[in-house]
Amino acid sequence: MQISGAEILVRCLQEEGVEFLFGYPGGAVLEIYDAIFRQDKFKHVLVRHEQAAVHAADAYSRSSDKVGVALVTSGPGATNAVTGIATAYMDSIPMVVISGQVATPAIGLDAFQEVDMVGITRPCVKHNFLVKDINDLAATIKKAFYIAKSGRPGPVVVDIPKDVTQQSAEFHYPENVHIRSYVPATRGHPGQIKKAINLLLEAKRPYIYVGGGAVQGNAAAEVTELVKSLGLPCTNTLMGLGAYPGSDPQFLGMLGMHGTYEANMAMQYCDVLIAIGARFDDRVISVPSHFLSQPKKIIHIDVDPSSISKRVKVDVPIVGDVKHVLREMLDILRQSGQKPDAGHLAGWWKQIEEWRGHNCLLYTPSTELIKPQYVVEKLYEITGGKAIIASDVGQHQMWAAQYYKFDNPKQWLNSGGLGTMGFGLPAAMGAQLANPDATVACITGEGSIQMNIQELSTCKQYHTPVKVVALNNRYLGMVRQWQEFFYGTRYSESYMDALPDFVKVAEAYGHVGFKIENPSDVEPVLREAFGPALKERLVFLDFRTDQSENVFPMIQNGKGLDQMDLPPHMRDVQQLPFENNRDYGNMC
Amino acid sequence: MRHILSILLENEAGALSRVVGLFSARAYNIDSLTVSTTEDATLSRMTIVTHGSDEVIEQITKQLNKLIEVVKVIDLNESEHIEREMMLIKVRATGKDREEMKRMADIFRGRIIDVTEKTYTIELTGTSDKLGAFIEAIDRAVILETVRTGASGIGRGERVLKI
Repeated sequence: MQISGAEILVRCLQEEGVEFLFGYPGGAVLEIYDAIFRQDKFKHVLVRHEQAAVHAADAYSRSSDKVGVALVTSGPGATNAVTGIATAYMDSIPMVVISGQVATPAIGLDAFQEVDMVGITRPCVKHNFLVKDINDLAATIKKAFYIAKSGRPGPVVVDIPKDVTQQSAEFHYPENVHIRSYVPATRGHPGQIKKAINLLLEAKRPYIYVGGGAVQGNAAAEVTELVKSLGLPCTNTLMGLGAYPGSDPQFLGMLGMHGTYEANMAMQYCDVLIAIGARFDDRVISVPSHFLSQPKKIIHIDVDPSSISKRVKVDVPIVGDVKHVLREMLDILRQSGQKPDAGHLAGWWKQIEEWRGHNCLLYTPSTELIKPQYVVEKLYEITGGKAIIASDVGQHQMWAAQYYKFDNPKQWLNSGGLGTMGFGLPAAMGAQLANPDATVACITGEGSIQMNIQELSTCKQYHTPVKVVALNNRYLGMVRQWQEFFYGTRYSESYMDALPDFVKVAEAYGHVGFKIENPSDVEPVLREAFGPALKERLVFLDFRTDQSENVFPMIQNGKGLDQMDLPPHMRDVQQLPFENNRDYGNMC
Repeated sequence: MRHILSILLENEAGALSRVVGLFSARAYNIDSLTVSTTEDATLSRMTIVTHGSDEVIEQITKQLNKLIEVVKVIDLNESEHIEREMMLIKVRATGKDREEMKRMADIFRGRIIDVTEKTYTIELTGTSDKLGAFIEAIDRAVILETVRTGASGIGRGERVLKI
């Protein structure tokens, strides 16, 4: 029996087990929306802006094992989706975005709502397709899902012209996909794995550095087993938070630009480093030459060969699925029963504890002003560390990463790579739909929230009772911090004037809002918002926080991992290099 | 250093723009690029001449391999290879230049493939260096037009780039 292209698409999505389709209708996708109307296997979530559809689908992926799917119309619908697609691309999130296109005979004629979606998204997708023949439609959708979730995951765009959705063809969904030019690596090279183990066992100051690849590659259990069984110190990147439990003593905190003192110092002064699904990016190691000025051997496990030796030349590259590779390492270690030298390790831990003893995340409490760090700490306490936290981008994002100790992978959702303001609320919504029983909070600022605040409406419609925790300092905080440090306190356009009354905004959308101005109210209001009475409601918490608070530690551009700007109580800490006391100069 | 990369890729719409887009997005150099289908109509063979440090060339190779439509990439410089480029060059052939141009074409083993009262069009094949040398060897003032294909390369002996 022949069915329409739109019906074929809907059947394909059903075959893929799609549960939610995040989208927004328009001219080029009317046929598809009609087919959606006539089915009931998956639910469509009508967002208020296409960017939010893509962020919601992205977070649906991030917080589950499934592939998020978004549907947008041609032209402006498609271009609105681009920021969301680039966000997912930078963080390697599996996602399929279907965009409508003008009918094939009109392509290239500057038709109404025409845009070259395949061309526009080419640099920010794992792959994209333009389906010109209805007979290719089903196989293309199958390929799109396969490409999105295999290897190093990423978003895939499928652009479908309107006439293709209107034509008819037989539906046949292929069971398997074989793409001769695309064969992602799985098992690591056994010789390299042996080399890595030997290096690790000989190490005096071993360190494990875990990135988002371990979260996406479902390797958290293996990471934890490796770290625990060998008694090693471990750090997670911003994207890797939760891959190793944040509350465990072997965890040194996040590393990088706003990483902890101990995590960054250990990164600089370790002698054998294992990077697991991490990519040595600029926000993590800062300047490669400074990072390598302290000699160390580097083992790098990654599914993407192009991530290896991109910024830092490594000694033992292992290309493969991180879970597989770690399993093999663990098996070999278990059989041999070998451990790193206990004496060396004890010395290394002694040094680390000395670093950790400075308590770099200490902040000055206040009875008058709400400290943003305090809000995150209380949120952690009240949610028992179990909430899924979706974050926006800025100071609040860093405080969330520093003060909420994520014990589980897929619990922390943020735009780490692209740094997209406006990600938080739609992400929280997508995560809530993927995890209906979970407590989901969106940590945001008054700047970021206004970039997708219209989604309060979507949250109302689909009953996603997320809790919005806005750290409102009336500044674009991270911009203000940089202007304070590097631009002589000239706060150019970083002040948020004419703010709306967020309580009224929340209420106007049918939600509950609180404005919190006193530190003593923080805990009771959080308890109420996260308590049973408001469990089914979206609650908007407008915390008026200390305007002058800065994120510490901080590594300035061009500085090394051991050249951090430290919080006030650590200003007299001499950041002298470990062991050889070599002075690097330029210390803060 | 100059490298010649040979790429086997799916003969599909958009595949070429993905390769070119990759080079511009990541700020890699393209000195020349040639592409055409192979004996298997589903595959295209591309030769890209680029230059960069060993690290950059390694990244280019890896990034190319990451493109879904790229089947295989080899760096021809890694072993013995043959390189050829073709040039069509139209020169003024009047007066004493007419004889001189004929002589130069012979020396470089070129062929004159079009003749008018005032011009010759010479077809010349060889390494890119040789074509450059020809341009250097003749009087710039007589050159009316040059068209170069960019280099094509192939491994020597048993070395074959195939699926």
